[in-house]
Amino acid sequence: MFALLLKKLATLIPTLLGVTLVAFALIRLVPGDPIEVMVGERRLDPAAHAALMQQLGLDQPLAVQYGRYLAGLLQGDLGKSLVTREPVAAEFAMLFPATIELALAALLLALLIGLPLGIAAALKRGSWLDQAVMALATIGNSMPVFWWGLILIMFFSVGLQWTPVSGRIGIEYDITSVTGFMLIDSLLADLRGDESGAFVSACLHLVLPATVLGTIPMAVVARMTRSALLEVLREDYMRTARAKGLSPVRVVVHHGLRNALIPVVTVLGLQIGSLLGGAVLTETIFSWPGIGKWLIDAIARRDYPVVQAGILVSALIFIGVNLVVDVLYGVLNPRMRGR
Amino acid sequence: MNNAVPALGASPPGPGAEFLRAFAANRGALLAFFVFAAVVAGAVFAPWLAPHDPVQQFRDQLLAPPVWQVGGFASFPLGTDELGRCILSRLLFGARVSLWIGLSAVLLALVPGVVLGLLAAFHGRWLSPLIMRVMDILLALPGLLLAICVITILGPGLLNTVLAIAVGALPGMVRLVRGSALAELAKDYVTASRVAGAGTARLMFDTVLPNCLAPLIVNATLSFSSAILETAALGFLGLGVQAPQPEWGSMLSAARDYIERAPWVVTMPGLTILITVLAINLMGDGLRDALDPKLRTAS
Amino acid sequence: MTALLDIRNLRVRFGGFTAVDGVDLAVQPGELLGIVGESGSGKSVSMLAMMGLIDAPGVVSAEALRFDGHDLLGMRPADRRRVVGKDIAMVFQDALNSLNPSHTVGDQVREVLRVHLGLRGAALEARVLELFEQVEIPAPKTRLRAYPHQLSGGMNQRVMIAMAMACQPRLLIADEPTTALDVTIQAQVMDLLSRLQREQGLALVLITHDLAVMAEMAERCAHRVAVMYAGQVVERGQVDQLFSQPRHPYTAALLAALPERSAGQRRLAALPGIVPGQHDRPHGCLLAPRCPQVQPRCVAERPPLLDGVRCFFPLQATAP
Repeated sequence: MFALLLKKLATLIPTLLGVTLVAFALIRLVPGDPIEVMVGERRLDPAAHAALMQQLGLDQPLAVQYGRYLAGLLQGDLGKSLVTREPVAAEFAMLFPATIELALAALLLALLIGLPLGIAAALKRGSWLDQAVMALATIGNSMPVFWWGLILIMFFSVGLQWTPVSGRIGIEYDITSVTGFMLIDSLLADLRGDESGAFVSACLHLVLPATVLGTIPMAVVARMTRSALLEVLREDYMRTARAKGLSPVRVVVHHGLRNALIPVVTVLGLQIGSLLGGAVLTETIFSWPGIGKWLIDAIARRDYPVVQAGILVSALIFIGVNLVVDVLYGVLNPRMRGR
Repeated sequence: MNNAVPALGASPPGPGAEFLRAFAANRGALLAFFVFAAVVAGAVFAPWLAPHDPVQQFRDQLLAPPVWQVGGFASFPLGTDELGRCILSRLLFGARVSLWIGLSAVLLALVPGVVLGLLAAFHGRWLSPLIMRVMDILLALPGLLLAICVITILGPGLLNTVLAIAVGALPGMVRLVRGSALAELAKDYVTASRVAGAGTARLMFDTVLPNCLAPLIVNATLSFSSAILETAALGFLGLGVQAPQPEWGSMLSAARDYIERAPWVVTMPGLTILITVLAINLMGDGLRDALDPKLRTAS
Repeated sequence: MTALLDIRNLRVRFGGFTAVDGVDLAVQPGELLGIVGESGSGKSVSMLAMMGLIDAPGVVSAEALRFDGHDLLGMRPADRRRVVGKDIAMVFQDALNSLNPSHTVGDQVREVLRVHLGLRGAALEARVLELFEQVEIPAPKTRLRAYPHQLSGGMNQRVMIAMAMACQPRLLIADEPTTALDVTIQAQVMDLLSRLQREQGLALVLITHDLAVMAEMAERCAHRVAVMYAGQVVERGQVDQLFSQPRHPYTAALLAALPERSAGQRRLAALPGIVPGQHDRPHGCLLAPRCPQVQPRCVAERPPLLDGVRCFFPLQATAP
C-alpha cells in the first residue's frame, strides 16, 4: 500500500511543478511591465528600474528565475505584499485558519445533513420523502452561492435578527488567537471567565456562512449517496445478506453503506474544490477574514504577489486533498488493492 | 408443427422518436424546457420586451418597489435599483449576456475538448499522458479559482469571461471524451472498422465519436448551467462583465447594501439565476435519462 | 413423517404477472429434492418466496408455507430472521457477485456464526476453520483473509456453501449452484453437496435448468424431481423414472432437447414457441400453445396435478 502511495506521489510531481509554473508565469503574463506589476509602482525612472530589475533577479534567464522561485517556495517564501509590504506567507498563515474553520464547518454540515437524507431517500425510493430530497438537492445544486448567502442574511440576520451579518465574533469580544480557530479560542476564553458568551457568539457567526458554503456539497452528497445506495441495494450480495437472516439495519449499514459510501468519498474530494471556490464568495458576503476575501481584495488592489500565492496554495490544497481521497478510496475498496 | 412466432407489427420507432418520447415523459424536464425556452425568448426579444433601456437611470425613481407593492409603478414592473434603472429591463438584457457567455464558453470548450480527447484516446503512447497532465494542472484549480486566475491575467470583461469559463470547462470535456473513446475503442466494431482499412481521422470522427455523443451532450448541458453560475459569480465579484452592461451577478454585488431597504433588488436577479440554472439542470437530467438509460443514476 | 418443508398452493405475483401459480412442494427431513425448469419457470422465485426474500411489488400467498411445523407466512419478520440463515440456508448462483466485495470471506462466514450462534473469540475461529475444511478449501487459514475477487469461482462457491452450512441447517437450498462454474468444478461442487447432505442429514433442494446436472446428482443419490413450467409443477417423480419414462410432454421435450439425444440429426429437437409472458397466459393448460399432443380439452381447461403429472393425456410408458 505504501508503494501505491509513492507511485501516486510520483505522478503528482509533474502536476505540482506545472502548478508552480502557472503561478510563476501569472505575474509575468499580466499585461504591462513586469517590474511595475511586481513592485506596484508606475513610471519608475530608469535607474530605479534597472536597480529593481537586478534586485528582483529579472535580468536572469527565465529558467533561472523559475529555479529561484521554486527554491523560495520550498523555503516558505511566498513573496511580499505590494500593499502591506509584509511577507505574504505570514499574512497567509494568519488568515488561513479562518478559511479552514469555515470549510470544515461547511463540510461537516454537508455530511450531517446530506448523508442521512440521501440514505433515507434511497431506502424509501419513490416516496414523497425521496422526491422531496431530490427536489431540494436539485435546487441546492443550482443555487448561486452568493445570492443564497444574501437571502439567508435577509431572513435570519436582518429579518429575525438571530444571527450577525459579518465577522467571526462580536466586536465587543477580544479573543487572543491561540489556535486560530475562533470556535476553540472563544471557548477557551469563555471557560477562563474573561469573555463570557464568546463561544455562543462565535457559533452564531459561523452558522450562516457555513450553511451557505455547505449548501452545494450538501446537495451533491445527498444525491450521490442516494444513487450509490440504490445501486448497491440491487446487488446480489444484499440478497445474500438477507438470506443470512441479518437484521435490516445490519444489512443496510454493514453491507450496503460499506460499499455505497465508497463513491461518495471520491465525490467529497471534488467538493473540497467547490468549497475553495465557494469560500471566496462566502467570505466576501459575510466579511469573513479568510484567504478567500484576502484574494479578492488583492485582485482589486492589483497585489499580484498575494494573488499568485493564493492561487498556488489553493491548487496545492486541492491536489493534496485529492491525493488523500485517492488513497482513501484504495483503502476502502478492496478490489483496488489487488493481489 | 406450426411456427408460433408472432408476426411483427409496424417497424419500431427510430432513435429520434424514442428520445423525444422518453424526454417528454419526464415532466420535470419538459417543464424545465418550457421555462428555459421562455428565458431564451426573453433574451432574444429583449429589445422589444424591455420597457426601458437597461442602462438608463431614472433619478426620480431610485429604489422603486415592484408594481405589486406599495409605492410601485406600473412602468417599472419589477422596480428599480439604486441608480434608478429598470430591473426588468436589466434582467432581460442580462439574460442575453448570461446565455451568450454560457453558450460561447461551452462551444469554445467543446471543440478543443473533443479534438484533444480523441487525440488522447487514439495516440495513447506519448500524446495522451502529455494532454492529460496539462488537464490535471488545469484541474488543480477548482472552477471559480481558475476563472479568477485567467481574469487576473487577462483583465475583466465579457470576452475574457468567456475565455476564463471555457478554460475551466475544457479539462472535464477532454477527460470525458477520452474516457468514452477509450471504452469504444475496446469494442469489436472499431476493430472491424480498422481491419476494413478505415484511417485514423475517419475512425475518430465517423466511427467512435457518434457513440460518445450521449454523455458529451449531457456534460455540455451541465457545463452550460455551470457557466451561467460562474458568469454571475464573476460579475458579483466585479471581475466579469463590467458596468454599465447589465449582468445578473453584478446586479447583486451592489444590492448587498440594500437588503433591508429594497429587498427586491436582491431577490429578483438571484431568483432569475436560480430559475434559469435549475431549468437547464433539469433539462440535462432529462436528456441523460432519455438519451441513454445506462447513464441513469438509478432514479 | 411430517414434512420438513411443506408448501401448498404457493402463489407469487408481480403486478399482473404470475411468477408462481399454485405450487405444491414437500421436502422430508434428509431428503434431496431437485427442481428443474427453464428460466422464468418460477423455480427460484418459489424458494425465495419461502425464505421471505420477495419484496414489493411482489405479493406472496399460500395455503400453507410451513417449515418444521412453523408457519413461515404468518411469522413475524424478527422470528423469521432467526430461522433463515440458521435452520434454512440458501446458496446462490453467481458466488462472486453474491458475496460482499468489501469484506473478507472469513468475516462473511464469521458474521453468520456471531449473529445466530453467538460464537466469539477462539470458538468462533475454530468453527470457521472447521467449516472451510469441511468444504475442502485448501490452505484455509490464509484463505480466510482473502476477498471474494481474489478467489476463483469454485472457491467462492465453496465459501457460500460454508456460510450456508455454518449453523448446521436442516434445509439447504442450492439455486443453480454450478451454473457459473467450469464443468470440472461443477462435478466437485456436486460431490461436496451430496457428501454434506449425507453426512449432516440435511434436506437439500437443488434448483437447476440443466438436466445434465440433475442426472449427475442422480448418479450420486436417488432422489425426487419436480419439473416446473411457467410457474407450475407439471411433473413429479423419482429421477430415474423421469429420465427413462417422462409422462408430461414438457418433460419429454426437455429430455429430447438434450444434444445427446439428437445425435445423428440435423437439427436439435425443440418445442416451437416460447414460454407465456404476462399478456398471453393461456386459460387452459399452460403448455397447450406449444404441445405436440394438444387436444381441445387442454385449451379449455386447466389440468390438475394428478398422480404426479399435470396433464389430461399423460404420455404412456413405451412398451419394453
